Amino acid sequence: MIFKNAADMAQALAAQEVSSVELTQAHLDRIAAVDGDVKAFLHVDQQGALAQAAAVDADRASGKAMSPLAGVPLALKDVLAQKGVPTTAGSKILQGWKPPYDSTVVSKLKDAGVVILGKTNMDEFAMGSSTENSGYGPTFNPWDLTRTPGGSSGGSAAAVSAFEAPLAIGSDTGGSIRQPAALTGIVGVRPTYGAVSRYGLIAYSSSLDQAGPFGRTVLDTAMLHEVMAGYDAHDATSINAPVPAVVAAAKSGNVKGMKIGVIKQLQGEGYQKGVQTRFTESLELLASLGAEIVEVDCPSFEFALAAYYLIAPSECSSNLARFDAMRYGLRTGDVDGASAEAVMAATRDAGFGREVKRRIILGTYALSSGYYDAYYGSAQKIRTLIIEDYAKAFTKADVLVSPTAPTTAYKIGEKVDDPMAMYLGDVATIPVNLAGICGMSLPAGLAEEDNLPVGFQIMAPAMQDQRLYQAGAALEAALSSKWGGNLITKAPALTGGK
Amino acid sequence: MALNYEQLVAKYDPVLGLEVHVELNTESKMFCSCSTTFGAQPNTQTCPVCLALPGALPVVNEKAIESTIKIGLALNCSIAPYSRFARKNYFYPDMPKNFQISQYDEPICFDGYVDVEIDTDEGPQQFRIEVERVHMEEDTGKSLHVGGATGRIHGADYSLLDYNRAGIPLVEIVTKIVPGTGKYAPEVAKAYVAELRDILRGLGVSDVKMEQGSLRCDANVSLMLKGATELGTRSETKNVNSLRSVERAIRGEMLRHAEILETGGKVKQETRHFQEDTGLTRSGRSKEQAEDYRYFPDPDLVPVTPAASWIEELRATLPERPSIRRKRLQEQWAVPDKEFAAMVNADVLDIVEATVLLGADPTKARTWWLGEISRIANDQGVDIKELFITPSDVAELISLVASGDLTDKLARQVVEGVVAGEGKPSEVVAKRGIKVVNDDGALMAAIEKVCAEQAETAEKVRAGHLPAAGALIGAVMKETKGQADAARVRELLLGHLGQ
Repeated sequence: MIFKNAADMAQALAAQEVSSVELTQAHLDRIAAVDGDVKAFLHVDQQGALAQAAAVDADRASGKAMSPLAGVPLALKDVLAQKGVPTTAGSKILQGWKPPYDSTVVSKLKDAGVVILGKTNMDEFAMGSSTENSGYGPTFNPWDLTRTPGGSSGGSAAAVSAFEAPLAIGSDTGGSIRQPAALTGIVGVRPTYGAVSRYGLIAYSSSLDQAGPFGRTVLDTAMLHEVMAGYDAHDATSINAPVPAVVAAAKSGNVKGMKIGVIKQLQGEGYQKGVQTRFTESLELLASLGAEIVEVDCPSFEFALAAYYLIAPSECSSNLARFDAMRYGLRTGDVDGASAEAVMAATRDAGFGREVKRRIILGTYALSSGYYDAYYGSAQKIRTLIIEDYAKAFTKADVLVSPTAPTTAYKIGEKVDDPMAMYLGDVATIPVNLAGICGMSLPAGLAEEDNLPVGFQIMAPAMQDQRLYQAGAALEAALSSKWGGNLITKAPALTGGK
Repeated sequence: MALNYEQLVAKYDPVLGLEVHVELNTESKMFCSCSTTFGAQPNTQTCPVCLALPGALPVVNEKAIESTIKIGLALNCSIAPYSRFARKNYFYPDMPKNFQISQYDEPICFDGYVDVEIDTDEGPQQFRIEVERVHMEEDTGKSLHVGGATGRIHGADYSLLDYNRAGIPLVEIVTKIVPGTGKYAPEVAKAYVAELRDILRGLGVSDVKMEQGSLRCDANVSLMLKGATELGTRSETKNVNSLRSVERAIRGEMLRHAEILETGGKVKQETRHFQEDTGLTRSGRSKEQAEDYRYFPDPDLVPVTPAASWIEELRATLPERPSIRRKRLQEQWAVPDKEFAAMVNADVLDIVEATVLLGADPTKARTWWLGEISRIANDQGVDIKELFITPSDVAELISLVASGDLTDKLARQVVEGVVAGEGKPSEVVAKRGIKVVNDDGALMAAIEKVCAEQAETAEKVRAGHLPAAGALIGAVMKETKGQADAARVRELLLGHLGQ
């Protein structure tokens, strides 16, 4: 059962062929068997999950109208507050903190009867691209346990690709859903900025952060997308508009007459050969399905990475100021006679990891008086240019495409001491965040040279998320029929206990 | 050698800059739905947002925006069609996020003015105070530093934090520099703060209680030699929490600056704290190295973009400007300056006006409210508005006296009854059986009785010794339980005794 798609599980639950308790227990068993190797979870909420599952089963037995995903289990990135369940954002500074409130996303999941199995590992405060920056140790890629699953939502991606959960939630500030989806051979979507409430999402970079769904198929991902999204009065940046019909789009999956724009700047040099090959093949496949392929020019994308690494650290330097040992979380250095400043400094020194400190310092500097215009100010101008590049490109194409990441999954430790090399891995995903639009990564096959998954990225204008699913589902169907099944079925079996 | 004040203002020109913080009286906080009620148990009016729990987000209180726009309009400001909130970053334990959300370079209201009038040696003179900006921000929590000599965080044994105040909407009203007030600088500043207080009270947007901190003034003062073109170094005095203190603090700072300058010293640019008890200021933190607050637009909030039509709707609801209203009322009611000032100080203008609007004579209405009723309020130690007596009660009372149904003396008994909750004046009159004895027959009977009892005194009056009549009149009044009209008694009595 755990190897099925979420949509099939939902159907089996609805037909009462399986109970949510059985399904949840099966996933808890899988976690017990393989997570010692994968280390996707920071906290497994066995009791809470089974209680939630039992409640869903009871509701269903009583004949209540059920939400489509009711009873299906899910893995939650530890960046989202869940009432009473340890929530750390992968940081030591929040070790032991149990939120007194639910994030809006969690409320929506609970209302829909989606069963939350536990909290997944992540780069500390979502800062990183490999999950190696977690304060609690790395997560391992189920395709090759010596490699990273990408990040920062590496735990969520690994959980789905290791069949520990059929669905997961991540957050994407510069590619943190799409890149790990690509590296673990699954589907991940970053919805339009403002489409999913950020209330209760522990902030890294407020103007870029967005939670989104992971699934093993485009349809599964769409089903979760519909549950998560929607206007929320608790988030001032939330968009007050109907959720795009993503499930319907995923079911129709048609690219006939669709104009697909290939971004000139996001291919070629710097992209691994096998990645480029799979990307080109997918394009040919889309063309064969009736799509019109055009090339578009986005000259400002060249500066996207630089702008991102000014804006995100600037915002995080302010967002993370609240972790000061005064009201919650870690407190160290609180010895007799220590001043408040000394306790704050000691706690922040002990609680934050290296990458987090690096970005706080970077951002503090970029916002300093006398430097603001040169750094933060210029970065915002680049942001405007990128928005304009996209606007122009979307006059020529309905969706834009690129490889999701320049390479396949790299070895644990390979780039951890070279932040610039790590940052370059986000070159294709970051423009979407800067422009506030939506993007999807779906599996395009395995690279010949290393037999590891390659991701194909689709981008659409703000609040046109359904286009991602329409194009994605068409490509997925064509690729699956070529492979004789989902790419994930080609993943090596995890034996567990090894 | 130290200069006295007269010498100081002969040699130097003071330049002022005033920043007034106003706590709005919205029901909920600036960015969350927590209550803003004053005086609740510590940390009971908090939530994930105002405690800055991880993941919590601010959402702007629309009512606070409305109040701020009203303030801006009342201060003759332009209203920005687009303004933003910024983050002011600094670490302090009473600020949960370790940044304060405040408008920075894009305030919602800008370029206004307030005219104030003060008495000068040459008679009343008007000064225009130009307002640079009116912007919104959130208040911090409150710290109580326990132990240590100074009550400050340094040297304290421990600190207690109350976040009830964290996130209360604040509006900051900042003047441009105010030159040209000369020796009247302290009075002009006081008049400005008083005028602001009245305007804000008239708008109903704040409690404007300086003693509770809902209106707080920071005064910037500097001196420049007469004829100089360059401004002197300023000091910023905080904690100025009454109108009198505004005046004292500025005068004190002018004298302190002059003393430094006269002895060849340099004024330090710094924050100073006003001490109510001594009237002096003490040094706070030095501002020579300006703190870098790393302001940037708050990415959690969207720009404030009030529609022009909404601004016009709000403009139409603005009450009459207090200074204009005061002039109008004083003229209409023909009140002498001194008495009018007494009404303003006692804060009875609204209540008197309401009474007059119900048909009462303005002088009588003023006398009742400012006299007997104020006295009762004072005795009970409550605000006059909290007494159980309304303008319509007072209007009724005045008409009962005018029609001769009550005497002034009886009316005072009726006021007591109304304040004690016995009902409207007519009800109190009925319940207590109070009535003027108008029946001459009944009065004559009492007069004859009294004259018989005090025959000796009556004889004196009959003999022409009129002052002796007082005792008889008193006795008649007593006989009629105070319900007779004393003037009528006197008339009848004197007639009876052949005078």
